[in-house]
Amino acid sequence: MQLTGTQFTDTTAKVGNDLATFPDFPAEIRAPAGSRAGVSGFQIHFSSHDIYTPGDAPSVLVAMNPAALITNYEDLQPGGIILVNTGAFTAADLKKAELDVNPLTDGTLKGFRVIEEDINQRTTEALADLGLGKKDVLRCKNFYTLGMVYWLYSRPMEPTLEWLQKKFAKKPELIEANSRALKAGYNHGELLRLFQGRYEVPKVEDAPKGHYRNIMGNEAVAIGLVAGAKLANLKPFLGSYPITPATDILQHMALLKNYDVITCQMEDEIAGICTAIGASFAGRLGMTTTSGPGLALKTEAAGLAAITELPLVIVNVQRGGPSTGLPTKVEQSDLLQSMFGRNGDCPIPVVACATPSDAFDCAVEACRIATEYMTPVILLSDNYIANGTEPWKLPVMDELKPFPMTFATDPEGFSPYTRDEKLARNWAKPGTPGFEHRIGGLEKDAVTGNVSYVPENHQVMTETREAKVMGIRESIPTPPLNGEATGDLLVVAWGSTFGATRAAVERLQKEGVKATHLHMRHLWPLPHGLLEIFKGFKRIIVPEMNRGQLAWVLQSRYPEVRFESYDKVKGKPFQARELKAHFETILEEMS
Amino acid sequence: MSEVQQLKAKDFKSDQEVRWCPGCGDYSIISGVQKTLAEVGVKKENVVFISGIGCSSRFPYYMDTYGMHSIHGRANAIATGVKVANPELDVWVITGDGDGLSIGGNHMIHSLRRNVGLKIILFNNEIYGLTKGQYSPTSPQGLKTKTSPYGSVDAPFDPMQLALGAGATFVARTMDVSPKHMKEVLAVAARHKGAAFVEVWQNCVIFNNDTFKGWTEKAVRDEMTISLVAGEPMIYGKERDKGLKFDHTAIVKCSADEAAVWDPTQESMGQAFLMTQLDKDPSMPRPMGVLRQVTSPTLEELVHDQVDEVTDKRGTGELKDLLYTPDVWEVK
Ligand code: SF4
Repeated sequence: MQLTGTQFTDTTAKVGNDLATFPDFPAEIRAPAGSRAGVSGFQIHFSSHDIYTPGDAPSVLVAMNPAALITNYEDLQPGGIILVNTGAFTAADLKKAELDVNPLTDGTLKGFRVIEEDINQRTTEALADLGLGKKDVLRCKNFYTLGMVYWLYSRPMEPTLEWLQKKFAKKPELIEANSRALKAGYNHGELLRLFQGRYEVPKVEDAPKGHYRNIMGNEAVAIGLVAGAKLANLKPFLGSYPITPATDILQHMALLKNYDVITCQMEDEIAGICTAIGASFAGRLGMTTTSGPGLALKTEAAGLAAITELPLVIVNVQRGGPSTGLPTKVEQSDLLQSMFGRNGDCPIPVVACATPSDAFDCAVEACRIATEYMTPVILLSDNYIANGTEPWKLPVMDELKPFPMTFATDPEGFSPYTRDEKLARNWAKPGTPGFEHRIGGLEKDAVTGNVSYVPENHQVMTETREAKVMGIRESIPTPPLNGEATGDLLVVAWGSTFGATRAAVERLQKEGVKATHLHMRHLWPLPHGLLEIFKGFKRIIVPEMNRGQLAWVLQSRYPEVRFESYDKVKGKPFQARELKAHFETILEEMS
Repeated sequence: MSEVQQLKAKDFKSDQEVRWCPGCGDYSIISGVQKTLAEVGVKKENVVFISGIGCSSRFPYYMDTYGMHSIHGRANAIATGVKVANPELDVWVITGDGDGLSIGGNHMIHSLRRNVGLKIILFNNEIYGLTKGQYSPTSPQGLKTKTSPYGSVDAPFDPMQLALGAGATFVARTMDVSPKHMKEVLAVAARHKGAAFVEVWQNCVIFNNDTFKGWTEKAVRDEMTISLVAGEPMIYGKERDKGLKFDHTAIVKCSADEAAVWDPTQESMGQAFLMTQLDKDPSMPRPMGVLRQVTSPTLEELVHDQVDEVTDKRGTGELKDLLYTPDVWEVK
């Protein structure tokens, strides 16, 4: 354990991080391995920036046996990663650690990201044909584990591979064994698509009164979708297909069956959204969850939901693109795809969450818009939010305002395309006598709902669908400003750039700079009141983890003002420090 | 119930003008379906027709029931959502050889393996009609079409074989030119619990006229097809003098007296598969009727049973429980 710790330290120093290490040998050198006293640990704290993380709490714990786990897990920061060697969690191992129940299964580790892996077994498999004895093989498990951690933190393996060459110069079989274990662990991390990076948890000082729980972004979306359906007085139906990093939402919702939740893991992305559309047609609230490439596949069906005007929530947990891109890294480059990526004039509202706990509110909001306006809605999250954890101040139950759906009640002269004042169409579900009707992907007559190729009618229907979506503006607020309403610098951000932007702007404000942060939750339609805000600032910067997609949209909508994009597409989130530095250059130009 | 029984075939007709080409086999199929619904005695409000894209997929517009004319190839997936969301509904899928076996092939096999309670009617005309005459996944090799001017080189699917391979619990075939046979087959399909796959030989008068003529024409039909009926000997021929029997792994001709009794309810698919191989021998009749009919739990049953089971165990989840889990702490 100490050897592998040193290797990680050296490699980390080589990639240029600041670090502090804390090797933690057992005081009793002879304490039996596997017992609590015999835990050998190695803690390393490293950072490439000055973002504050709570105390010295580590973010990753590698526990090679139950004793190591139980003596250390409490030190970990909320949402930290626990990599557990399940191969060392037998009944005998638990007994050695004086445990009656297995901490992996009794809820002890709730709120952490637990990665369970039988590292003994994996190492044995990796070294199967080397002809080493069992003991020698198991000695290599630490290097297997080190490989997995290298993957998590994107460290190069070369320094360690070189070191092994020197260390075991006289025992070439051990060079081969340990190198192989290291590489196998690294490849396994990649295979599992473990999320690289972690969510920075700002320390909550003087937290407001209330109830809290730790929440991870994907879980918040799952809970929010179930809550949203309940508030709409509908039963949720999730049709989905596994895809990194959205799969957790499906997994989590699959556990919630006693909340009237139906989840279907379908044969592909298209079937995922299509079953959801079918379920909505039948009177449930259809939902589908995916990531960028999956959204691309769902495109045609999203258009069907738009033209049939059925409620549907599509969640896109964004990752690096294009194509398979960077599945384990973060990007927010599906904004334009979400807004416009369909054939025909096909407006679909887009909502984006800012933090793991905000994901709950946004999921509820997506359900509200979908049902009140009878429309598909796209909810954007990303890899950073999905795998990030933060303390969530729970809403008081009364704060959750229901928005119950109603179905058509008067069969007399019923037409599916009769609309209410919000332009939402009538909804009648199969099984209700007297409302038999047909909908579909062909254009429909604005009055009768029958297929219509009449030129004027298509103009009317296209404009109506647009007007309906634009009308959502009447139900959403102008985003609040963090800072004064006029000044030198306005930073317009959306999604998970929230934390870094907020920190950077607040630091500038403390230094007396007239800077303000505006964070967009509703990206389509754009809320009222933005132009008035924009006009109050000398410069407007839009930081995004894409090549300027929101900036591009804003520029086309508000040609009166100028938007400056600041992009980062390295698969990593912005840091407050780099944003602040960029804002300072802008401010310097102005002075 | 009395009200239900009063529904006639015409009650299922919508007010929309039917727009298939005159002489198209689709007319006879829609009339067969309307008669079947009346005969089986369904409630109109519980009937849902879901289709994809293609000539046949216009079908839902002509039915005075609930319906959705969706997107190309996806009818099975959408219908799965409808059926699982509300198992009380009678959900029918209307598809074709292009829609259901080419672009929608994946959804087809998966809805069959899951045994979703859908009645799937696949209009097989061995051509793309709506796009005006291109070869389809059931077109025979060598067929000259607009996209295969020198003859198609693709090997075709046998729809029933594909359905059997996907684990379908009900597989049958009928033809547009025999309304009586079609009605019989559709009635059994309509009553089947689980996924029912029915291939209908349908003549496209415009782009692939007479493709099934060699088997379906009145003059030859009795000799060139065999109508398989559960529990009855496998006899065919104008004089009903010819029989089929099993000889190890083959089906061979025999006299009517020696004919084997057809049993579509066997667990083993062996005999049903052998039936789909008859077309390899041009002198053999082609099988029509129900090839397979077994019972197995349906997807919608299993899904809802699981919801009930978990709810029994954990209690009905309330909104508050969802948020306020045991790991909540309070800041005072
Ligand atoms: S093109 Fe062929 S299949 Fe289509 S409606 Fe005409 S005859 Fe029928």
